[in-house]
Amino acid sequence: MAESAAHLDMQFENTAQQHDTRIFGMWVFLATELMLFGGMFTIYTVYRAFYPNAFAEGSRHLDLTLGSINTAVLIVSSLFMALAVHTARTSARRLPLALCLSATVGLGILFLGIKGYEYYLHYLNGEVPVLNWTYAGAQAGQVQLFFWLYFAMTGVHALHLFIGIGLVSLLTLLALLGRYKPDSYTPVEMTGLYWHFVDIIWIFLLPLLYLIAK
Amino acid sequence: MSAITLPRRETYLNANYGILSWLLTTDHKRIAVMYLVSITLMFILGGAAATMMRIELFTPASDLVDAATYNKLFTMHGIIMVFFFLVPVIPAILGNFLLPLMIGARDLAFPRLNLLSWYIYLLGAGVTLWALISGGVDTGWTFYTPYSTATPTEVITATIGVFIVGFSSILTGLNFIVTTHKLRAPGLTWFRLPIFVWSLYATSLIFVLATPVLAITLILVAVERLFHIGIFDPTLGGDPLLYQHLFWFYSHPAVYIMILPSMGVVSEIIAAFAHTRLFGYKFVAFASIAIAVLGFLVWGHHMFVSGMSLHAALMFSILSYMVAIPSAIKVFNWTATLYKGSISYDTPMLYALGFIGLFTIGGLTGLYLAALAVDVHVTDTYFVVAHFHYIMVGGAIMGYFGGLHYWWPKITGRMYSEKWGRVAAILIFIGFNATFFPQFILGFEGMPRRYAAYPPEYQFLNILSSLGAVLLGVGYILPALYLLPSLWFGKAAGANPWNATGLEWTTASPPPPNNFDKIPIVTTGPYQYPGKKETIG
Repeated sequence: MAESAAHLDMQFENTAQQHDTRIFGMWVFLATELMLFGGMFTIYTVYRAFYPNAFAEGSRHLDLTLGSINTAVLIVSSLFMALAVHTARTSARRLPLALCLSATVGLGILFLGIKGYEYYLHYLNGEVPVLNWTYAGAQAGQVQLFFWLYFAMTGVHALHLFIGIGLVSLLTLLALLGRYKPDSYTPVEMTGLYWHFVDIIWIFLLPLLYLIAK
Repeated sequence: MSAITLPRRETYLNANYGILSWLLTTDHKRIAVMYLVSITLMFILGGAAATMMRIELFTPASDLVDAATYNKLFTMHGIIMVFFFLVPVIPAILGNFLLPLMIGARDLAFPRLNLLSWYIYLLGAGVTLWALISGGVDTGWTFYTPYSTATPTEVITATIGVFIVGFSSILTGLNFIVTTHKLRAPGLTWFRLPIFVWSLYATSLIFVLATPVLAITLILVAVERLFHIGIFDPTLGGDPLLYQHLFWFYSHPAVYIMILPSMGVVSEIIAAFAHTRLFGYKFVAFASIAIAVLGFLVWGHHMFVSGMSLHAALMFSILSYMVAIPSAIKVFNWTATLYKGSISYDTPMLYALGFIGLFTIGGLTGLYLAALAVDVHVTDTYFVVAHFHYIMVGGAIMGYFGGLHYWWPKITGRMYSEKWGRVAAILIFIGFNATFFPQFILGFEGMPRRYAAYPPEYQFLNILSSLGAVLLGVGYILPALYLLPSLWFGKAAGANPWNATGLEWTTASPPPPNNFDKIPIVTTGPYQYPGKKETIG
């Protein structure tokens, strides 16, 4: 990740093989990530089947407007990430690449900010299990389970996005230093795959959490 | 220095010296040796817990340790042996050392990730050992809820340790998959790969796809304990069965993580010591993949008495039977390979033959357990204990010891004492059967597992089992006594002491740091041995 791809490690014959190998490695890593989220999606599915009314009730307490804005923010960040990969592949100029990457970082941070604001609203409303839970309507225990899954799933997603922001920030810095050229941009493409994966997870989280009561 | 001096040649062992040259190495061969040391230490700890249990079970009363301590002992034995010995042992030691050599590569695809996986293993082992020492865990290695969320013992620390070590497996699996796809030598097509590589590949698929599910499940157990949120605890609104489903979704495939690499090792050894081509190569290769795939669909057979619908139980039962098909394909192909081969009974071959017998018994008793009615009768008895030890110890460990002896000359460049090697192999075989065969009978007579005390009528068979364990213990200690001295006093092995085929035998022993002076070009399939005494009609 840290070294430039122009450098050829001893286990590879040529840079093309090195590039393909690393990209493939990222795909395999994303498969494990998918299974990690898969465990949580399974738990969600089981309990939603058990307690459909409580889950719908919990979902009504989420702010769809903020969720929609965040979805748009994340999709646009993915657009900039895709542009960054395209730029790195086709040109050796530093500034356009760094701009695309920093736009990605900025939108990622905006997403986390909005998400944090949502968490804060839940806290004020007494909808955070353990920390502040005052909900006393019907099926309070099951609604709490929904909120617990909401925080677990969006929390693990936010953690992944946080790591992604760190990685893309590092890429921005290295891009300004001129590390990435059309023959050595493997880290940009690898991080891009990761970023899109985190984006796609959110695309599934949005309907499962925000839209089930509508 | 050594009793027999070799001419100075640069190997991965003497390329550089000093502790940091090991701790910071990215050489897959050195990482394999570091895994060998650390996994062996864990094996000793897990074995010590088993020893205490067998001593306790010598008499019907619970006299050496009380019931609570006994619970902690079998939990310690299970956690260490499953997560820190059986799962990583062959992939992380033999696989790490051999995969690049077998496919004609200079290293794995991601050498630094490989080193990282070793450090993660150490961290996970440290955390888990801390939990086991600081207070112990009494849930059994399965951490079943709701007990695991209620017991006062150190469940959180232990689950975090197992969570951590899971990432070591994931990284190893990722590395192996990518390496097998991308770093094969010119001409080395998929159907020219040795069976060991196929079985490592199948194992890696399970590592990568099943381990994350266990990771997230264990974290949720820890969170549930910490914050009292009902994910799995029924008193808090959760469903304990869901935990069992998620747990076995990993832990059943984990059984195949343990046995598949062993099957690969045995395939190599049998072809080499029958001096003949492996019979039915493609069938054996695809059987590995079939076992890995089917292994994902049978987890429910651990839960026949936990309260699942009859339809689900029937499906899981039928799918479990289907695992017997690829397993039997392997056994029949191994025996067909032996038929009219020129068999020599060197130490690795003794282990391989032992494997076939013990794995067959373990597999067939697995069919009893897959049958719903029989399973209800013997669930949680010593029959189950005997069954899975025949697979895990009789299968996986026999394969590991066979492989360790087979490739020891390649790893160290030295030969061990063949005589003592054979003595240990036979001792382990006899000791193993004496330990675990009585447990089949005990289980069928109704003795439940996980109790420190038992009715006196079970004592005779328990004494037999404990005495067998003494033999088994001696058998496990012996290799340390002749393998270690062989490092100094063993005679030089040469590149290919067994006259075996395979790229790993074409390079020097021990191999040079970059494995091959020149990357080989492969023009033939594996197992180009002279052939049968006469062709089969």
